[in-house]
Amino acid sequence: MTAALLFEQFLNGLQFGLMLFLMSAGLTLVFGVMGLINLAHGSLFMIGAFFCAAAAGLTGNFWLGLAAGMAAAAAAGALIEVTVMRRLYTRDHLDQVLATFALILILSEGTKILFGPFPLYLDVPPLLTGTVDLGLTPYPLYRLALIVAGIGVALGLWLLIGRTRLGIRIRAGENDREMIAALGVNIRALYTVVFALGAALAGLAGALVGAVQSVQVGMGEPVLILAFVVIVIGGIGSIRGAMVGALLVGVIDTMGRFLLPQVFALFLDPSKASGAGAALASILVYLLMALILVIRPKGLFPVHA
Amino acid sequence: MPDKRREYALNAVLALGLLLVPLWAYWAGSPFTITVFTRIAIFALAAVGLNIALGLGGMVSFGHAVYFGVGGYVAGIAAQHAFNGETFLGIAGANQMLIIWPVAMIAAGLLAAVIGAFSLRTSGIFFIMITLAFAQMVYYFAISWPTYGGEDGLPIYVRNTFPGLNTMRPWNLFILCWCLLMLAIGAFALIRASRFGAALMAIRQNPDRVAAVGISPFGIKLAAFVISAMITGLAGALMADLSRFASPAAMAWTMSGELIVIIILGGTGRLFGPVAGAAVLVGFEVIFGGMTEHWRLWLGLVLLLTVLFARGGIVTLIAGRERLG
Amino acid sequence: MVDPVLSLSHLSKSFGALKATDDVSLTLMPGEIHALIGPNGAGKSTLIGQISGRIAPDAGTITFKGRDITGLSVAQRARLGLGRSFQISSLIPEYSARRNVMLGLQARQGHSFRFLKPVMHDRRLRDEAEAILAKVGLAGRASVPSAELSHGERRLLEIAVALALEPACFLLDEPMAGMGAEGVGALVDFLRGLKAQAPILLIEHDMDAVFALADRLSVLVYGRIIASGSVEEIRNDPAVREAYLGDSE
Repeated sequence: MTAALLFEQFLNGLQFGLMLFLMSAGLTLVFGVMGLINLAHGSLFMIGAFFCAAAAGLTGNFWLGLAAGMAAAAAAGALIEVTVMRRLYTRDHLDQVLATFALILILSEGTKILFGPFPLYLDVPPLLTGTVDLGLTPYPLYRLALIVAGIGVALGLWLLIGRTRLGIRIRAGENDREMIAALGVNIRALYTVVFALGAALAGLAGALVGAVQSVQVGMGEPVLILAFVVIVIGGIGSIRGAMVGALLVGVIDTMGRFLLPQVFALFLDPSKASGAGAALASILVYLLMALILVIRPKGLFPVHA
Repeated sequence: MPDKRREYALNAVLALGLLLVPLWAYWAGSPFTITVFTRIAIFALAAVGLNIALGLGGMVSFGHAVYFGVGGYVAGIAAQHAFNGETFLGIAGANQMLIIWPVAMIAAGLLAAVIGAFSLRTSGIFFIMITLAFAQMVYYFAISWPTYGGEDGLPIYVRNTFPGLNTMRPWNLFILCWCLLMLAIGAFALIRASRFGAALMAIRQNPDRVAAVGISPFGIKLAAFVISAMITGLAGALMADLSRFASPAAMAWTMSGELIVIIILGGTGRLFGPVAGAAVLVGFEVIFGGMTEHWRLWLGLVLLLTVLFARGGIVTLIAGRERLG
Repeated sequence: MVDPVLSLSHLSKSFGALKATDDVSLTLMPGEIHALIGPNGAGKSTLIGQISGRIAPDAGTITFKGRDITGLSVAQRARLGLGRSFQISSLIPEYSARRNVMLGLQARQGHSFRFLKPVMHDRRLRDEAEAILAKVGLAGRASVPSAELSHGERRLLEIAVALALEPACFLLDEPMAGMGAEGVGALVDFLRGLKAQAPILLIEHDMDAVFALADRLSVLVYGRIIASGSVEEIRNDPAVREAYLGDSE
């Protein structure tokens, strides 16, 4: 094991974490502002990936695909918000879980009908192919771009929430719904915008990740569940918590899968070591979540009600 | 009380219908029908378990598939070791259902005690996400641990046995499942009527009040969660024997969702809600699954409309809202 | 010298910069009604939360029947005999009045891990619950789900549930809130009889009721107890007049 390999895995973890952040940010915003648990957030991730891959395949242009993916996810999000979610804000969490579970079934089958049952593939754009020398190790340029994009979006989101009129309204909505309605903010429109924004972020994540994995139905749910872990760790409703949680989960998961089999190999024979190491690595982030729950039941950055 | 009488009638129809249709299929020589009804009975049993946590206690566990899956793995691992003569941590295998069932229930119960001890520190949306995450943890562990099949699951070459019955015959396996389902429904009724049930249903409605009269909600909820998981675990062991396969897919998150769907379609907290819900879900899959490969789209639409516009499920639709006395 | 049933010593709790309770000490003696009054935002809810165990104090101790209960949970305190009613009625909505009281009885007996015997067929529990309901004047409403009771009836049911616990002291959080004059009058008479059974710490807004009932009064303003004494002493206390009764005269 060399420092270069370790560094490369760390960057992979960072990149994974930033993509998780794009997913978690929308989820946590929607929960914080509207009090809604949205299982179909993973479907928006999938929609982003599919529309990006399909549009890029048709036009031959990755960047058009990226825009199409984001736009499709945002449009799907807005449509879902107006037709379904709106009726769920005042319902209990059980109804929200069921309705959004139903949406997953609908959106997954709908995607199959629209794009066929086979996975799509998205090529890395020519501009971002190849590797770049980072001193310690050469690193794929596209993955580096993902890291930069993730940081860029996080900064943009921070500015949006902290510095703009929309952000002020979002923060007000988290604290007191009646208050901002009383202030004359069109709360229905605000909810639709917040939902579409979260959807666009999920779609962006799906589109970006589409070039490093196959684009298929069901790709959203594993990410969704990890995003839940991120939110539990970070604290529901907290963007900052989502950032910290996502980076922790991304790096620990990636490094665990890389390091644990090697650690186990020190005292087990190789065949058993890789199995046991992989098994333990696959549950590492959940153990982290359990640990955080014991120490901080409301997450690292609790948003007090 | 006409509502109450209508519910009794509906319950009788469901219990007897579930018994008589396969009996007819037995005479008519349609093992496929018997197998479909065995699936209904097993899913209903799993949902009776979840109904204790969700229906009575209001705990929206989005990870109950994990107990279903663990029950299946107990059946699979026991059968494998009975087959190859090896041991699991020094415990010999078994192919006797009367041994496997309690072991499956204990395994599911222990896991639920651990998961519950963490997740029940929270409530609401946190609880939903955490139960889902822990179930996913066990799922990933199962598919990445190669000893018991990993992603491929674990086949059960010879179906486990029950004294005096040839379990390879569909009708015999069905009648076992039906009897266990009725026993579980009986247990559910007892629990609901008991002091424990009184406390549990009160906690669902107002945990602060229950604490203020001196009953700790945590202990009651944890006990209910464990009992709930044990019943679902038993159903998992039966499912593994029915499909002769212990599958990691049995503990996938979609399974957890389907168990909740069964309860909601049937009627949350209602005695025979799980039976009605399981019949609808399995029936939907068998009937529409034969007509279109996109049957899940229609299931999703039906489910969505049910949640948005027809709350309370089938039992409420027919027998009205429940009064707790 | 008789020992107090409940005593708070130097309780403090801050939320950020806000001192919700600031070095609060008070006692509840056997057989008395000790009323706690104060304007809105004086920290009464926080104090109730700390006594009942929902809010952990930053500093100070709570002693109940000679035992330090500061670290105990809500349920543990209730089992020791701290019976409380809620400011906003907090009942089991789908349960009938009878069943709400039965839950209190069940809790007092300490048998909630019983799985077999149907509780609604338990004659003794039912009869006892109905006797308690009769005491507060809800005998005819025993089978009505608590969500369908009127506001005043729910206030009475709150008291009935507290009675079922046979507590060593009652912690009543604005039991008259939202009640009509007639209801208040009946409740005042009832509480006067109740204090022989167990002392009452009464948090109440209705000043006429407080002055009619209280053996002692404490006044909470901005989280501090600014005065404590008999009704007469409090009426004439200049600090109270200024801070609380204020400009009204």
